[in-house]
Amino acid sequence: MSLAAAPSGESTPTGGIPRRAGSTSAAIAAAVAAVVGVSVASLLIGSRPISPDVVLDAAHPLHGIADARLGRTALALAVGAALGLAGAIMQGLTRNPLADPGILGINAGASFAMVLAMSVLGISSLTGYLWFAFAGAASAMVAVHAIASFGRDGATPVKLAIAGAALTAALSSWTSGVLLTDRQTMETLRFWQVGTVGGRDLDVLLTGLPALVVGLVLALGCARLLNTLALGDDLARGLGRRTVRDRLLLGAAVVLLAGGATALAGPIAFVGLIVPHGVRAVVGSDYGRVLPCSVAYGAVLVVVADVVGRVVLPPTEVQVGIMTAVVGVPVFLWLVRRGRMAATL
Amino acid sequence: MSPALDAELDSARDAVSRARRRPARRHRILSGGLVAVLLAVFAARVLLGDFTITIPDCFRIVFGAEIPGASFILMESKLPRAVLGVLVGVAFGVSGAIFQATLRNPLASPDIIGVGLGASAAAVFAIVSLDRTGMPVAVSAIVGAVAVSALVRWVAGPAAGYRLVLIGVGVAAALTSVVQYLFTRADVYDAQLALRWLTGSLNQVDWPAIRLLAWFLLVLLPLLVWVAGSMRITELGDDISAGLGVGSRRTDVLLLVAVVLTAVAVAAAGPVAFVSFLAGPIARALNSGRTTVLGAALVGAVIVVAADYVAAYLIADVNLPVGVVTGAFGAPFLLWLLAHNGREAA
Repeated sequence: MSLAAAPSGESTPTGGIPRRAGSTSAAIAAAVAAVVGVSVASLLIGSRPISPDVVLDAAHPLHGIADARLGRTALALAVGAALGLAGAIMQGLTRNPLADPGILGINAGASFAMVLAMSVLGISSLTGYLWFAFAGAASAMVAVHAIASFGRDGATPVKLAIAGAALTAALSSWTSGVLLTDRQTMETLRFWQVGTVGGRDLDVLLTGLPALVVGLVLALGCARLLNTLALGDDLARGLGRRTVRDRLLLGAAVVLLAGGATALAGPIAFVGLIVPHGVRAVVGSDYGRVLPCSVAYGAVLVVVADVVGRVVLPPTEVQVGIMTAVVGVPVFLWLVRRGRMAATL
Repeated sequence: MSPALDAELDSARDAVSRARRRPARRHRILSGGLVAVLLAVFAARVLLGDFTITIPDCFRIVFGAEIPGASFILMESKLPRAVLGVLVGVAFGVSGAIFQATLRNPLASPDIIGVGLGASAAAVFAIVSLDRTGMPVAVSAIVGAVAVSALVRWVAGPAAGYRLVLIGVGVAAALTSVVQYLFTRADVYDAQLALRWLTGSLNQVDWPAIRLLAWFLLVLLPLLVWVAGSMRITELGDDISAGLGVGSRRTDVLLLVAVVLTAVAVAAAGPVAFVSFLAGPIARALNSGRTTVLGAALVGAVIVVAADYVAAYLIADVNLPVGVVTGAFGAPFLLWLLAHNGREAA
């Protein structure tokens, strides 16, 4: 693994962790304001815009619309927070600027395991297949890293990204194969496969929420571990860290967050890629600040993607997964072009 | 000159010409072997399966006899699927081998760097939004493929290497979303149709599509043979090939032909996953490490026809798209190549 790939080194070329306490509190205040702002916008905007008093007045004839939007807004917030956080952890854990649960095949692993659970084992409750999503996410994560770390320079960003793309291709082929043999599962998963927060009610979110909360607490508690790991394994060990245990803890957090988010909303890529990069540019590379901000802005990004997707191409709705790809690919291309990581395999 | 020296020179000349002939002979044997394998797979695809047709019956039907039941299944399903499989296999195999040889990277095949999906997205746009079929779809696919390859090339910059592959992978991810979006807004959602344009399928084949693709191949393949004379030299790298008198203009023309080949094949059968990527390296390995476009064409055809046989009969009553099978087996090969390459030459 080359140091050039370390995201912390790239965003702060002078080295070290900048002390920008002022800009951090400003960023957190802005994050809270942004979350509140986009949530309100998400309740009001859509193919049928409604006014604020409709939301507050339970007896209003259009109040049902607000109820439906409340469910999808809450889901979008939760999924976005989870994906933003998972991406930030992965970028720190692998010291790889291109890490993202979508790009590295983790979402595809979770989807495939879920489809298997539904179609082959006949499991239909979300609580049941949530466990399969975790198992699939964990297996995919281990597999991609194992494949990419063959060879002398270990898991370089390029090898990780290509291994992730190949695994995604294989898993989505197998997923399609299973779905085609099973019409009923196909109907259930038709829109889920693209990545969407629409058409879900609050019960769905409540089922998956415990996993996301555990992942969130675990991740935020481990922020300092990430700072030490960012120095490189040798230095981290020298500072008295048990790096294997630390990596396992952080990996477990990623599996809970990415697997849970995929089970709830389908495979959504690029959120975990864009958000941490944007956040790091503002608050510096201290993970104690990057992780909470990634939570907030991940939530903001997914809600905004959902709202824009509702109105951008009427009368249809563009799913969140498609919107994030549209926004995310230019960022991905920019990162690849800027980075020195693509020079070698 | 002394007779002893003369004899020695003669034997040396013999040794050199033998050494030069050996690869050519090996290539002939390989091509013959692959043609035999292709014929066997083709015959299996046409004759066997859940409805068996005898060889004499098959010839009688092709030459115009009517056998109730058998005629329809042969002429409307088995034969067109096999023929289309051969044609798209050849197109994907050839274009993959050209990409890999001129870009000098086994990962830089048109299906991995998004060219196939570019063609597919443009074709789906023509079908879903503009309501076209036939020739306009093919033209749209060509435009899409050329645009995507130009974009990838431009973003990657001149000294591309792995950056080109990485950018292609990103673009392919975005194009997958575009195709998925176009399908979620289609009124009738047909999983088979959506998968056809995402992973490739021979299930909805008809003779006009085959005829169109065959015409394109008849024009493009001779053109390719004419341009491709310089390919062994371009493999040596930009600087050396420029020094040997093969400019980069020629490489660009070669790549353009390969892009168009991919596009017309995609218009006929969708971006059959991993065929371009697999055919080149397999043919190369069989040909003891030398690039062979003819070999790649034959390997591509064998892969598509065999995978279509598996796809059609693997699970009873379900006609899987061929791309699901090539994807399920091709992607692990890509992973293996990645791990293997890393060990050898990282």
